[in-house]
Amino acid sequence: MISYITRRFAEIAVVLLIVSFVCFGIFQYLGDPVLAVVGYRYANPKVIAEARQRLGLDKPIYIQYLRFLGKALRGDFGFSYTKIRPVLNVIADRIPATLELVVVATALAILLGGASGVVAGVRPHSALSRMVSVASLFGISIPTFLSGLLLIMLFAVTLGWFPASGRGETVRIGFWSTGFLTGDGLLHLVLPAITLSLYQVAMILRLVRAEMVEVLSHDYVRSAWAKGLPRVKVICKHALRNALIPVVTVVGLQFGEMLGFSIVTETIFQWPGLGKLLIDTLYNNDSPVIVVYIMFMALVISLINLAVDIGYGFLDPRICYD
Amino acid sequence: MTRNLVKSKLLKHFLRSPSAIIGTAIILSSLFAAAFAPFLAPQNPYDLTTISLKESLNPPIWMKGGHSPFLLGTDEQGRDILSTILYGLRTSLIVGFVVVLSAGIVGGVIGLLAGYYEGKLSSIAMRTADIAYSFPAIMVAILLMGLVGKRGLLVVILAISAITWVRYARTIRGKVLSEKNREYVLAARAIGASNLRVIGKHLLPNCLPPLLVIAAVDIAMVIMLESSLSYLGVGVPITEPSLGQLIFMGKGFLQAGKWWLVVFPGGTLITFVLAINLVGDWLRVELSPRIRFV
Repeated sequence: MISYITRRFAEIAVVLLIVSFVCFGIFQYLGDPVLAVVGYRYANPKVIAEARQRLGLDKPIYIQYLRFLGKALRGDFGFSYTKIRPVLNVIADRIPATLELVVVATALAILLGGASGVVAGVRPHSALSRMVSVASLFGISIPTFLSGLLLIMLFAVTLGWFPASGRGETVRIGFWSTGFLTGDGLLHLVLPAITLSLYQVAMILRLVRAEMVEVLSHDYVRSAWAKGLPRVKVICKHALRNALIPVVTVVGLQFGEMLGFSIVTETIFQWPGLGKLLIDTLYNNDSPVIVVYIMFMALVISLINLAVDIGYGFLDPRICYD
Repeated sequence: MTRNLVKSKLLKHFLRSPSAIIGTAIILSSLFAAAFAPFLAPQNPYDLTTISLKESLNPPIWMKGGHSPFLLGTDEQGRDILSTILYGLRTSLIVGFVVVLSAGIVGGVIGLLAGYYEGKLSSIAMRTADIAYSFPAIMVAILLMGLVGKRGLLVVILAISAITWVRYARTIRGKVLSEKNREYVLAARAIGASNLRVIGKHLLPNCLPPLLVIAAVDIAMVIMLESSLSYLGVGVPITEPSLGQLIFMGKGFLQAGKWWLVVFPGGTLITFVLAINLVGDWLRVELSPRIRFV
């Protein structure tokens, strides 16, 4: 197990190295960031040259990359071109907003999707199950941005129940600014969290339903019924536990997908998280921020995948890693 | 003989499944509408001589202020919404079908080869693919489109294909690994069939059903992905708006109560994707009930 985890960490390091290299390479072909800093083409050549030197952009590309890498290993990712602040701080400031949104949306998806999936799986032919199934088909057929827009139209514009943009009032605890502790912050969280979770609710529902239907047809479940065990015990203890094994993997992987779709959700709701930061920086060509964003996401997603694989081993004792 | 038997069975099941029939009807009529958009649309919305700013932001025909020929109203430029939807559907469908076709072929071939020749190279290739696959598709697509900086139908198709082929490669490779030691493959090799013949004539037909199921559902995924990219401003160019782009252009008027700019293109998008998912679900049950979407 330990050697497996060590190997996976080595792999993650290699992935990050490749990712950083690719990012850095791509940016050499993008527009000149110096112009973005000194204010487009109206600056005189002297100011441009000074800015170029100050940012270290007059050195050859490989030296720029090695310098970037050397500094990165010491935790120094340089300065954002447009915000004139350390990139690490720019990214770190946005993490709480995205993480709170994604965690709440994931929890919603697991609870709603899991519960309705079990209901639909236990009695696949009842009227309720059919309704749930049709709803889930709609759920996977509506793109995130569209459900976000429709929710804004209904609940923010027409009914005025929830605010349509921003994060509301936040409380700062150490380095973490949270929206969980104020009524305003929670109110602002409702629509974005629902938007982000809708597709995943439907996904998890369909998966749990399919797994439940399959597991319930196994012999050991029939034996459990035959023993005269109570309904709840058969469904929860015998069937659900086994149905959940593949679900855990999917939920783990979906967490990464949620990070991806949070880009869309954050843009719709003007949510000040990492996704909105990415879209903003892509527009103004702030390459250091984008490189660190990509590397950060690569790290997070690799760690999630590792956690999923390890968790899988604990859930299903037949799987062993060597 | 057996093949005809299978086909007629599939057709029989199809005729007994209302959801598959409805889905297919919607898909076929959408294809028809998109293909003949220039003939069906009341106006060519991108021909500047046919549009008039005087007609901007007309509501649908059944509401106060709406009038013919603008059945579903007009946008801020005075373009007929029904016409923009027909043209937009065209762009969305082109992206969906071309991506699935190209990604399916490339991924299918790589998967077949990687599964058949289990070399060091193929395991490295698949491991790389696995890692690439673990990144959220939409994030990679946004980054690709943002970094390339150019906007065009072809760029979008390439960017989305670059992400989606992995799924086909993984599925097909898995299937080949499980099939290639079966008797029929060993027998074919024993009588001296070439590798190419074994792969093309024996393995490929047996690997097609899961490929078809994934392809069916993937068209819906790709169309949704493209519309999301367009919505974020990194999708198709503004001169060839897809349904997503239409929604993006209309959302600014939502606050002002001009809902038809978003609701009609959005409704079209949802209806089409829903139809694909209906048929995809049916196909999955029919062709390979055991397939899992990983």
